[in-house]
Amino acid sequence: MENAPLLQMPLLEMHGITKSFPGVLANDNVSFDVHAGEVHTLLGENGAGKSTLMKILFGLYKPDSGEIRLRGEVASITSPTSAIEQRVGMVHQHFMLVPTLTVAENVALGLPSNRGFRTDLDAVSERITEISDQYGLAVDPGIEIWKLSVGERQRVEIIKALYRDAELLVLDEPTAVLTPQEVDDLFVILRQMTADGTGIIFISHKLHEVLELSDRITVLRNGKVTGDTTPAETDRQQLAEMMVGREVKLAPDKPHVDLGLARLQLRSVSVKGDRGTIAVDDVSLDVHAGEIVGIAGVSGNGQRELAETIAGLRPAEAGSSVMIDDIDLTKANPAQSRAAGLSYVPEERMKDGAVGEFDITENLLLIDHGDAKFRKGPLFDFAKIREHSQRLVDQFSVKTPSLDTPTSSLSGGNIQKLIMARELDSRPSVILAAQPTRGVDIGAAEYIHSQLIEQRSIGVAIVMISEDLDEILGLADRIAVMFEGRIVDVVDRSVATREALGLAMAGG
Amino acid sequence: MKRLTAGFVPLAAALLAFVFGAIMILALGANPVDGLAAMIDGAFGTSDRVAATAVRATPLLLVGAGITIAFRASVINIGGEGQIIAGALLSTAVALWIPGTPKILLIPIVILAGLIGGGIWGAIPGVLKAYASVNEILSTIMLNIVAIQLMNYLLRGPMIDPVEVGTSRIPQTQRLTDNAAFPTLIEGSRLHLGVPIAVIAAIIVYIILFRTPLGFRLRAVGHNPDAARAAGISVERNIVSALGLSGALSGLAGVILVFGSESLRLVTDGGSAGFTGSAGFNGIVAALFGGLHPLWTIPSSFLFGSLLTGATELQRELQIPNALAIALNGLIVLFVVSSDKVRTFLNERLDRSLKGDS
Repeated sequence: MENAPLLQMPLLEMHGITKSFPGVLANDNVSFDVHAGEVHTLLGENGAGKSTLMKILFGLYKPDSGEIRLRGEVASITSPTSAIEQRVGMVHQHFMLVPTLTVAENVALGLPSNRGFRTDLDAVSERITEISDQYGLAVDPGIEIWKLSVGERQRVEIIKALYRDAELLVLDEPTAVLTPQEVDDLFVILRQMTADGTGIIFISHKLHEVLELSDRITVLRNGKVTGDTTPAETDRQQLAEMMVGREVKLAPDKPHVDLGLARLQLRSVSVKGDRGTIAVDDVSLDVHAGEIVGIAGVSGNGQRELAETIAGLRPAEAGSSVMIDDIDLTKANPAQSRAAGLSYVPEERMKDGAVGEFDITENLLLIDHGDAKFRKGPLFDFAKIREHSQRLVDQFSVKTPSLDTPTSSLSGGNIQKLIMARELDSRPSVILAAQPTRGVDIGAAEYIHSQLIEQRSIGVAIVMISEDLDEILGLADRIAVMFEGRIVDVVDRSVATREALGLAMAGG
Repeated sequence: MKRLTAGFVPLAAALLAFVFGAIMILALGANPVDGLAAMIDGAFGTSDRVAATAVRATPLLLVGAGITIAFRASVINIGGEGQIIAGALLSTAVALWIPGTPKILLIPIVILAGLIGGGIWGAIPGVLKAYASVNEILSTIMLNIVAIQLMNYLLRGPMIDPVEVGTSRIPQTQRLTDNAAFPTLIEGSRLHLGVPIAVIAAIIVYIILFRTPLGFRLRAVGHNPDAARAAGISVERNIVSALGLSGALSGLAGVILVFGSESLRLVTDGGSAGFTGSAGFNGIVAALFGGLHPLWTIPSSFLFGSLLTGATELQRELQIPNALAIALNGLIVLFVVSSDKVRTFLNERLDRSLKGDS
């Protein structure tokens, strides 16, 4: 990490910030500062208090106590507008851009024009080009947002903040949507910005990125600062433990398992995407009993469509073949795929995995509700059903106030454990898990991984689709890389490297 | 956690509607207290009036119970009118076809025919929605019109009372045989078998929705069709089931309107309201007012039934047009629907401020 010049006076100081909500102390005497020219990372699990702290910085919440100083002076930030006026900028995780407008129009949106009611887009474009050249952002101001890649859209967000003269920039999980190469590009841009004196607050939970980019790292847990360190003084293991508050296993132990027969067989599978173009192009893959095959790739390269086809949710093109244990499922519906022994953990858990309005019991019953063992005559036998869900909740340590709690009120990690409990309870022969730990806290992720490894040792064939290379490298026995609908590479875990996979994911 | 309970909204809405109703009565130059007294008297004053209220509530309850099934499955069924007519037509046709059948057989047969008639009329938009993505709001409304014209055709042609041919040509069937009439529960009263049938039907709907796999599937599809589909539940089949069952209950309402009527025949004025009394629409109101819960739809239907009978007395005693009942009806809907929005909004705000950090 190059040493940017640190000024004496911190750009931002947050002193003793406390914010409580009924029943929750979201921030407990948190102090945090950022100097001009440094990247200060805020690390913590969901619910640790990062977002509350940032919402306070943006004037969305008023702290119960504590003060904010900008450039040494007590600042009163009452709204996002006043934050922007005080040169604090934010790049949200979900982009705030109008897809049909151009880059320049998006940047100008909400700003007063010096031409009265008419916008002065030429001047805006000129300034965007200047900023763009200064930081190597390479964005054409005249192009519509919808034509841009995710990485480019993110750069537009950064331009928006810089255009408003942000001196302090908050980036909320900026790498979640990027390819490894785009992450590298982003880091180059961020370093250029810090070299020019911008202060950056980087929010992330990807430990190797945090270690690579940060000058300083502050770890939050349960609203309190539990660590204040620098990359030189720490490592991934230590950071993870500061986040979770106990010992964690980042790399799960995998017992040796003898490979069995191919349980899932994909032959020349081609699938059309939502727009009617080919999304999965001639994919063939065997997954054997006792094996985890990781499908790596940047999102949007056909993984979702492939998963939906295996699950019976999306028809395959003529000539494709999907088989589980020699049962032809090419034209199967979801019920038939499940009957053949498939368990499916979908990518979007609240959209495809669980019914938010249903309680825990009902969601655990989603697949087996027709089973005669849960009925007395034509009616449900609720005593039996509750017994069944209590057993699963205990077995998978789903943290919930009761079995009647609406599922949507659980945390992401607990919802995912709930879905895993339901899916593994059916004793599958093939598990298809898409992004099984995305947005899930470390403890739950650890647990989900251990469950997948256990299933592997009892001879289940597992396909794990993930954008998280750490997860793929930690769990998979073989790794298939998808790019533009094709499997461009299949390598054994023992010879896989992060660099080679990253290159393959970018189509190189 | 303090939440605004479901019961709060209907009660507040009804109260507000009555306040506005009182203002309207005042504007019409009468005393609102007298007005309320007249309405209560009209709805509950004598045992005959209670019976009339119950009879008016019956089709609302059946349609409303059906609506709870459809709405719980996130299918908007506005086709109650058409489904009532379809049920009435098929059951009447069956009764005309086998007039001599003994009562103990004939009544169950016509009930079954009504369920089937309404069920088919409901299932058609269900199939169109499930397999051709036709918006069910449009198709159910349009099928109302088709049903009305079908009724007009049949009652002016093939099913017309032979006596009317060559005379006044009133579009009506002949009077059905007495063994087709719904038996009354109390001698000399208008309270007939249809009333308990409707209450039992609402209870059965409750059991289906919350105690059986079928209801579980319907609700799962209603809340989250994507998750239901991924879990192996057929979204298409359940959409058809929801509309079919919903229509069947409206069809049963049609049976009761014919076989529980004093004239004991199907008669039309050329539109639908003349026969259904707009029960196909008012049933939706009753269901919404009952919070889309089949059991709460029972008292809710009786409230709207009493509004209808009470308004008759209001007109007789205070010369206030009984259109006031329709206005009150509309006001309650307005308040229920808008206050539901308010409640959701408040609860969301409450949740957000309690949850804090996302």
